[in-house]
Amino acid sequence: MSNIPTDLKYVASHEWIKTLPDGTLLIGITDHAQAALGDLVFVEVPQVGRVLKADEACAVVESVKAASDVYSPVAGEVVAVNEALAGAPELLNSDPYGEGWMWKLKPANAADVDGLLDAAGYAKSIA
Amino acid sequence: MLKKTALHSEHQRLGAKLVDFAGWDMPIQYQSQLDEHHAVRSGAGMFDVAHMSAVDLRGERTREFLRKLLANDVAKLKTPGKALYSCMLREDGGIIDDLITYFLTEDWFRLVVNAGTTDKDLAWISQQAAAFGVAVTHRSDLGILAVQGPQAREIAARHLPAALSTPALALGAFQAVYEGDVFVGRTGYTGEDGFELILPHAGLVTLWGALLADGVKPCGLGARDTLRLEAGMNLYGQDMDESRHPLESGLGWTVAFTEGRDFIGRAAIEGFRTSCPQGFVGLVLEGRGIARSHMKVRFASGATGETTSGGFAPSMKQSIALARVGADFDGACEVEIRGQWVAARVVKPPFVRNGKVLV
Repeated sequence: MSNIPTDLKYVASHEWIKTLPDGTLLIGITDHAQAALGDLVFVEVPQVGRVLKADEACAVVESVKAASDVYSPVAGEVVAVNEALAGAPELLNSDPYGEGWMWKLKPANAADVDGLLDAAGYAKSIA
Repeated sequence: MLKKTALHSEHQRLGAKLVDFAGWDMPIQYQSQLDEHHAVRSGAGMFDVAHMSAVDLRGERTREFLRKLLANDVAKLKTPGKALYSCMLREDGGIIDDLITYFLTEDWFRLVVNAGTTDKDLAWISQQAAAFGVAVTHRSDLGILAVQGPQAREIAARHLPAALSTPALALGAFQAVYEGDVFVGRTGYTGEDGFELILPHAGLVTLWGALLADGVKPCGLGARDTLRLEAGMNLYGQDMDESRHPLESGLGWTVAFTEGRDFIGRAAIEGFRTSCPQGFVGLVLEGRGIARSHMKVRFASGATGETTSGGFAPSMKQSIALARVGADFDGACEVEIRGQWVAARVVKPPFVRNGKVLV
């Protein structure tokens, strides 16, 4: 069974979204996604300052098996990225909701997050 | 309905992720493909390869038949038990399969062929064998288990029938020994030392259990692929197939153009000995990213090509590939990864052998 924390939001393409106190969003891939991908060996995150549309492919995770795109759950601007992933892509496997976060986004519209899936909705989407 | 090997329920019990491989429900990995890879490079791992097929050829003219059937020359096999890697070609030089031949007695040779090609191989071999009076038997009563890694032989020998333990440890590379229906070859597809064991299915399940209890790590086809790629070994259906001949697939060294030997496919490929428009190289990616199969390759000289296999090399912590390229390749090399040209270095495989990076 994969771990789906109830305090996060999700999209069906397997990204999780955590709203931080300052209103920015932390984004990564779910435990279900990392398990399905297998051992991750390469991660490419978007550049800081890049403006993303909702559902835009903006990052790539590559496992021993294949490359997969990662999509921006909502529109906004990238304000920080997890530099540690370049040297340690396995953080996505070992701690997908913590040290494996991928990028931080300043949403164009904070209310966009409300429309995303909650834990139960995501659990249903992968059932 | 996918076919299952005798170890199928064992794979399920061990939590393997199972995938359709050539019509067989096979483990791609158990817990971590990387851990499995490293276990084989540093200790001992085992692979259920019972989807592959042992084929016995019997008859007085078996050697003569194989000298016609195979691109490599079984005349090289002088002592019983010796093994030879070879391609089996069509008349037009296309590769039907790559296989290992074991010379057991003058009227008995054993082939080990790929899973996905077994049916067509059997049809082709049987068709060619008729004229030589050679009997072709698919030994579907036998399964194959590969035990690979620097500690593999020592551990495996402890669990072989008593009569085989000592002779198995005495085997040289590419040699085999058997006792009854239990067959041990010092061969493999990982670039490490080890055995490939061919035995009846029930005995194979028992042996697997004994090896598991003795610390041998179960490894899936995923690790098998990264290990063979690092070892610079071709994968049939990916690095070569019926549309390609050995000399453009990095397998020229396996073709024996022995004077006067008329093997199937010789006439079609003979001319490429002096001039072959396509070369086959190893690539080490120097820029960021992972090279996969079917990516474009270009050189400063203008030569182009395509990767045939590519991936992350766990022993090197970077990406490597095999590529078929124009023979005029020269100068800086780049691989196109998702629209970006990434620098690569041309090397001569193998990339890794016996735990050591060679490039």
